[in-house]
Amino acid sequence: MSDFAIDILLILVKLGLIFAVLLTGAAYLVLAERRVLGRIQRRYGPNRVGPFGMMQPLADAVKLLTKEDFIPAQADKPIFFVAPGLAAVTALLAFAVVPFSPPITLFGREVPMVVCDLNIGVLYFLGLSSLAVYGIALGGWASNSKYALLGGIRGLAQLISYELAMGLSLVPVVLMAGSFSLTDIVLAQNPVPFALLNPVAFLVFLISTAAESKRIPFDIPEAENELVAGFHTEYSGMRFGLFFVGEYINMMILGSMITVFFLGGWIGPVLPPIVWFFAKVMAVAFVFIWMRGTLPRLRYDQLMHFGWKFLIPVSLINVIVTGALLLWLKG
Amino acid sequence: MATIIFYILGFTALIATGLCITRRNPVHAVVYLVNALFALALIFYLLGAPLVAAWEVIIYAGAVMVLFLFIIMMLELAPNPVDEAAGPGWMRWGPVLLLGLVLVACTVLLILVDGQSGEGVPTYYASPQDFGYALFSRYALAVQVVSFQLFFAAVGAFYVGKPPKRRRKEQA
Repeated sequence: MSDFAIDILLILVKLGLIFAVLLTGAAYLVLAERRVLGRIQRRYGPNRVGPFGMMQPLADAVKLLTKEDFIPAQADKPIFFVAPGLAAVTALLAFAVVPFSPPITLFGREVPMVVCDLNIGVLYFLGLSSLAVYGIALGGWASNSKYALLGGIRGLAQLISYELAMGLSLVPVVLMAGSFSLTDIVLAQNPVPFALLNPVAFLVFLISTAAESKRIPFDIPEAENELVAGFHTEYSGMRFGLFFVGEYINMMILGSMITVFFLGGWIGPVLPPIVWFFAKVMAVAFVFIWMRGTLPRLRYDQLMHFGWKFLIPVSLINVIVTGALLLWLKG
Repeated sequence: MATIIFYILGFTALIATGLCITRRNPVHAVVYLVNALFALALIFYLLGAPLVAAWEVIIYAGAVMVLFLFIIMMLELAPNPVDEAAGPGWMRWGPVLLLGLVLVACTVLLILVDGQSGEGVPTYYASPQDFGYALFSRYALAVQVVSFQLFFAAVGAFYVGKPPKRRRKEQA
């Protein structure tokens, strides 16, 4: 086989593996969330299907696939069809730039453990996360329902606001690593992860990713007791499933991004790198679930004030201070 | 190869923009415009400017168009088929046609004068580093001037958009 064919084959294998791991990971994250939430609320959570409820995600998938796919009569059909896919695809695509282990050597070839090490990886991630807004907004608008429209508008406003804080909190990371490539950013954290070097940026990024994933305490786009189910009120069956799975894939992506940007990626002692990477992602996902189990929902104005009047100024000051410090250290 | 992709992208952008300006439904128009901007971003990437491509997606597709969509959704601009009798046809289409003709004429002139640069092949690959150095050292003054202009524009927009004092008292 020629080199070109092998390269293509390798990329396909990597894509297949990532899809498999991400989708099963997302499905079991749902189960993990329900179990952990159950424990937090002093109940068992789902434990009937299979040993320890391990088959629950499969049962859920079968249920979602066999349910009626309902389309409201006045819905804008093309957009209504496309929106859930947009939400899931933008989440999946972001994983293309995540490096989950250092390059390994297979049959005498060096194989980088990332689908595509773009030299603008950070911007690629930011671009995709800003496109993720469309899935929610268009889904909410196309349903032609007041609840869904309100959810869509709230989602738009929330995601735009917190995207700013998220982008700004990545500036110090890029400054410290001196590169937009995610692999270089991981390598720059070899002795000390950036979470310790720049805790302010870490906290701002953690909070704004929680807001980006639209989960409690930032779930006002779908606030159940105000908006029924927000932007996906009119969706049923697998279309709802795509929104739902998209949310959990998004959680894994954001977890990997926090791992890559602040927790040192695959770097860690004793254990193999890929185990470290996965453990860190799962730890971040657990923090998200934990937050959902403990915190109440923010009110809409509280959310906006917190984003615009606290997070953004703090991250701006952090950018200036980090830049000045780096200049001073350089001499 | 690059040339073929370039032409496909170019036609996509053109068709999307054309559809964007002919849609009655503002949300559909926004979706087409996002398509067009995406095609433009890809063209930038193809021409060897990945940083500009990323910014095109983040700023235009991700922020500006989202704001458009936000406003459209807030104002509930429903598709309105009753606009037909607003004036003679040329009043509505004339200005657009004129602008379009000017743009086409400019493009044709450019191609006639400088035919070689339409190849769709990167003549120069600008890495993020190169781009940053060029922006903040060689063109530093221009960047400063433009950013001050944007700042003034923001302050101006704030001032113009502020309700006059009398009305604010009535509201309070």
